[in-house]
Amino acid sequence: MSDVVEKTLTALPSLFDSQTGAAKISNRLKQLIKSITELTSKHDEESLIKQELSAMKEQVSAPSTSMKQMREIMVRSMYCEMLGYDASFSYIHAIKLAQQGGVMEKRVGYLAVSLFLSEGHELLLLLVNTVLKDLQSTNLIEACMALTVVAQVFPKDMIPAVLPLVEDKLSHPKEIIRRKAVLALYKFYLIAPNQVQHIHAKFRKALCDKDPGVMTSSLHIYLQLIQESPDAYKDLTGSFVTILKQVVGGKLPLDFNYHSVPAPWLQIQLLRILSLLGRDDQSTSELMYEVLDESLRRAEMNHNITYAILFECVKAVYTIHPKAELLEKAARCIGNFVLSPKINLKYLGLKALTYVVQHDAKLALQHQMTIIECLDHSDFTIKRETLELLFRITNAQNVSVIVEKMLDFLRSCSDEHTIIHLAGKVAELAEKFAPDNSWFIQTMNDVFSIGGDLLQQDISNNFLRLLAEGSESKEEDDQLRLYAVDSYLTLLNGDASHLPQRFIQVMSWVVGEYSHLQECVDQSEVIRLLMKLLEQKSVSSETRVWILSALTKISDGQTDLILELAESISSSQDTILRQQAHELRHLSLDSKLHEWVLPRGAAWDDMEVDSSLSFLDGFVSEALAAGAAPYKPPHQRQEELCEQRALNLEPYSFSLPVSLSSCSITDRHSPTLLSVSSGLSGNSTELSQKAGASTLILEGVKRVWGKDGYLPQKETAVTASPVDEPSAAVQPVGQQEAAERLEPQPEPSTQTNDKQQLASSLFVGLSTQSSTSLLGKSEAPPPRFRKKPRPHGSSLSSSSSSGTSEKSSSSRTSHNTTDSFLYGSLLEEEPAGFDHTPKSITANGLGQNKDVKEDRRTNTSQILGSDMVIVRPNTIQHNPSTSSDLTTLLPADLKDLPHSDVISLTSDPSLSVSSCRVFRDEALLLVIFISNSTETDIRDVAVQLNCDQLETVSLRGNIVDCLEGRSVSVCHYALLMDDPHTNVSFTGSVSYQIQPGHTNTLSFSGTLSTADFIRPLVVTTDEYGKLWLSLSHDVKQNLKLLTDAGDPLQTTLNALKDTLQLHIVDIIGSEGIVACRLLSGAPCLLHCRVNGSALAMWLRSPLPALPDCILYHCQRALAQH
Amino acid sequence: MIKFLLMVNKQGQTRLSKYYEAVDLGKRAALEADVVRGCLARRKEECSFVEYKDYKLVYRQYAALFIVVGVTENENELSIYELVHNFVEVLDKYFSRVSELDIMFNLDKVHIILDEMILNGHIVETNKNRILAPLLALDKMTES
Repeated sequence: MSDVVEKTLTALPSLFDSQTGAAKISNRLKQLIKSITELTSKHDEESLIKQELSAMKEQVSAPSTSMKQMREIMVRSMYCEMLGYDASFSYIHAIKLAQQGGVMEKRVGYLAVSLFLSEGHELLLLLVNTVLKDLQSTNLIEACMALTVVAQVFPKDMIPAVLPLVEDKLSHPKEIIRRKAVLALYKFYLIAPNQVQHIHAKFRKALCDKDPGVMTSSLHIYLQLIQESPDAYKDLTGSFVTILKQVVGGKLPLDFNYHSVPAPWLQIQLLRILSLLGRDDQSTSELMYEVLDESLRRAEMNHNITYAILFECVKAVYTIHPKAELLEKAARCIGNFVLSPKINLKYLGLKALTYVVQHDAKLALQHQMTIIECLDHSDFTIKRETLELLFRITNAQNVSVIVEKMLDFLRSCSDEHTIIHLAGKVAELAEKFAPDNSWFIQTMNDVFSIGGDLLQQDISNNFLRLLAEGSESKEEDDQLRLYAVDSYLTLLNGDASHLPQRFIQVMSWVVGEYSHLQECVDQSEVIRLLMKLLEQKSVSSETRVWILSALTKISDGQTDLILELAESISSSQDTILRQQAHELRHLSLDSKLHEWVLPRGAAWDDMEVDSSLSFLDGFVSEALAAGAAPYKPPHQRQEELCEQRALNLEPYSFSLPVSLSSCSITDRHSPTLLSVSSGLSGNSTELSQKAGASTLILEGVKRVWGKDGYLPQKETAVTASPVDEPSAAVQPVGQQEAAERLEPQPEPSTQTNDKQQLASSLFVGLSTQSSTSLLGKSEAPPPRFRKKPRPHGSSLSSSSSSGTSEKSSSSRTSHNTTDSFLYGSLLEEEPAGFDHTPKSITANGLGQNKDVKEDRRTNTSQILGSDMVIVRPNTIQHNPSTSSDLTTLLPADLKDLPHSDVISLTSDPSLSVSSCRVFRDEALLLVIFISNSTETDIRDVAVQLNCDQLETVSLRGNIVDCLEGRSVSVCHYALLMDDPHTNVSFTGSVSYQIQPGHTNTLSFSGTLSTADFIRPLVVTTDEYGKLWLSLSHDVKQNLKLLTDAGDPLQTTLNALKDTLQLHIVDIIGSEGIVACRLLSGAPCLLHCRVNGSALAMWLRSPLPALPDCILYHCQRALAQH
Repeated sequence: MIKFLLMVNKQGQTRLSKYYEAVDLGKRAALEADVVRGCLARRKEECSFVEYKDYKLVYRQYAALFIVVGVTENENELSIYELVHNFVEVLDKYFSRVSELDIMFNLDKVHIILDEMILNGHIVETNKNRILAPLLALDKMTES
């Protein structure tokens, strides 16, 4: 490979004088490049680039600068940006260059635009005109570069402006233009799928294009589409198989070869598509066995690229419905990889094995010695991949050996990302397969001390929840808890200064909650240990809160010690700590109250929460009567604060007029509720402003929103409810402290060198467990720690959706045979494959014929797939072309309501049935159009609509006595959804008579989603707050955050609003509140907070299943973006 | 999917960078430094793939120049490894015996070639003649 590049930097001086490359370049660029190569330090670089930038700034604004010079300036800007320096002044000039330059300058202008401007940049709008002009240019090169830039960056909102032009290019005589047009449409599909919904048929045409390049580009679209809904494209399986066959058979022109392998990347792409289509589908899989077999056979050449194809092939063989013969060949292939002396192949083999053992764990057995060798391999990547493989084959018998290996690796690893990832896996395995309590606790101790504060929050949350919720048997639970307590007390007795914060938090919670189980340990000893922790400087204030909570729980009967402690903390600067100290003191003085608030060992399920806080009513009215200010929700206080900010010189004070200890009680389960204090200090701010106290404490003033959402709820919930839901047991902890990891512990057991012995312990249980696992995963042994089933189940909705998908797949497979026949003839008539021969005209004719058929098919598939275009008022203006003529037939009173596209449901020679959804506030109207496609009258037309999960009311028009030729009858149904379902399918039939006495029926079906039944709920922030408090059922999920354009929160919420008809109530900083309702019924409140790169969403609704449905659609909507 | 492609020399100087997913200008330098460090630390006999955050890095060395591609977990590393070579072969064909300096002096053209091969993180063309066709046409028009 080094012969490709043999001139290196050593040849530098001579090159500057020589003719190559440098000759044509002007002085300034040459100078810059030369200086860059000579750079020795970061400092030099900085001063050089600064100089360069200011020189360029001057140059671009000089009127004498020619386009040619401008091109060179652009290249120089690229250099500056490449080195990480901002050259944003040149962006506008890049656009100008694309607009005004000659071809080469234009290309460089476009290139600079694509490098400088990311999607959503406002300057991109200025590019639209230039692109439009170039798309219409007769100069192929200009059209070509315009299409290239459109496929790279283009403002989403302006797609309609160029879409018709791009569509036209699909039938351009030049292959390169057609190819680029397909790629541009692919880009449009990625950023705005709704906009290209209507050209799916054209994608099919691109797939049968006579040029292989155009066909290849269309595969990108299909891979995407099939990933989203494989069932809708099963009919294309035959085509893909035929294409792959031809590629593998060498039917492509020779210049598509790479090292004598025909179009390898195309083969890989096709194999990926096929494996998606064949997954869990026997009849589709059967279509591809032959070509997969051939691919495996053909790829015998000794070259990396054939191995890459083989890898994809093996994956496909194991993904689709299994066939023994192919599996055997694929397994042999993997064997060759794993045993290969070439390290890259070994890696690929391990990766393939990791994928395959999910389906057939036995395969790992065959290679156990190799796997053991890889485990001790000097290459980090190989080791890491081997651990991944071991993770997949872990079972109850080999878990301790495998976990030991993983922990060993973790101890010697310094890469943060790997630690987070792998520690999570260890925790998962430990929970699933732990052989006994002591092992489980010990392993989790290792995870916490090695992973430290890098660990993901849910690891400690899950662990604590597991301890708290327990299993069926209380005795076993207590044993586990007891073990944990013992283990932690031992640890705390030692040197605890190096323990990670997260670990200390977990320990203090467990000790606080369960140390009473250990009867032989004196509680005062436990208190002493916890107090010792508090004294340590390294303990963060967040951890202190956890420790104090633990102390509060076990303080009973140790009044002296506790009072002393409370005293010492009550002067702390930290308001939360101070508040806790108050609570602690109060509770320890009143043991009755303590017993009532923190009952020892009480079961979690029995707790009741009075979310309306009715018991505080008396207190509130008393306070009001005594002159206290009425309660204001935090956002209102925020607003007032903002108004006052300009000239408010009064300091804030922390003296609370209300005695905290009298009304607030430690939240038993969530010691880190920072919100407790911020909510209260919010109140205090206001009050103390009047009081005009003198200390300036700003802490908590701006915290209007807490980690768990709206603070008033927390504030009140905490003061009110000593008992909270178990799910609140472990609250997300705020900022992570810097990683503080343990010194690697000494290896506990000395593994004998005998690898054989290791192998037997690693691979134990695999053979028996998976002897019959050809058809998928073998049954896993039941996890040791079974969590109690959670009350809210969404199984109903998921089962209903899978039902519909099965139905649709079966209806489609019948098309396959005719289709592959068509393709076969299309391509086989031309042995040369894709040349421009006269014969291709006939081939084209066939192709078009096929298009017509496919058009109809795509229509039906649109109904079956639930991703219909929903034309709502806000989108309709962008896309007027999608609404078909039938919408004009909508009754006058419905026309102005938001409605969907008209979709054809079914048709026969005499009738065709289409539907349109109209979104009324109180119901979904399903408007059904029955059009008579014949010239004669049709009599006794009756429509029947069935849907088990919905309440359906026929409004009008479902029986028509006589439907005249070429006329359309409209009937509608009002549909109500009482119980939320993610997707609901409906079926129906139309019966009619052409000749008297002969009744024909035509049946149709379709799917509706919850999204159709969601309406915006318009409330003020105030009302939202109240409503939020009145609801208690909480569902939480992290969603993807759209970061492609502008403010991520705003973008994401808008995206959700567009697909789901939500009402965005308010956005404050990084949090947003959104409301909607199920028709005019139950509301659902969404509270979103930006959390790093994710959007944490809490949902509350009186209907337990509604948040699940809405979450499902939110995830879908974001995934489509 | 391909997340980025970098050409970096042994000294850690970036010669070409192309991101297929927006990365802040400020964060690029750190990412590139990390990536180069990760690749330089590896020995010849170790495999050409390294884990880096959520990505896999596929790297290939030509003389003093590293070409590093960041890909997602589901990508076929070996096919990317060969794609890099195909890219270099295309460059070699265009510049006839390409060197690091050719790349530096013709940054714009290298980008134009790359744009033909990879778009939005997907491999869109691998046929050498077709990759070079637009650029050669441009050259011809500029000359005349």
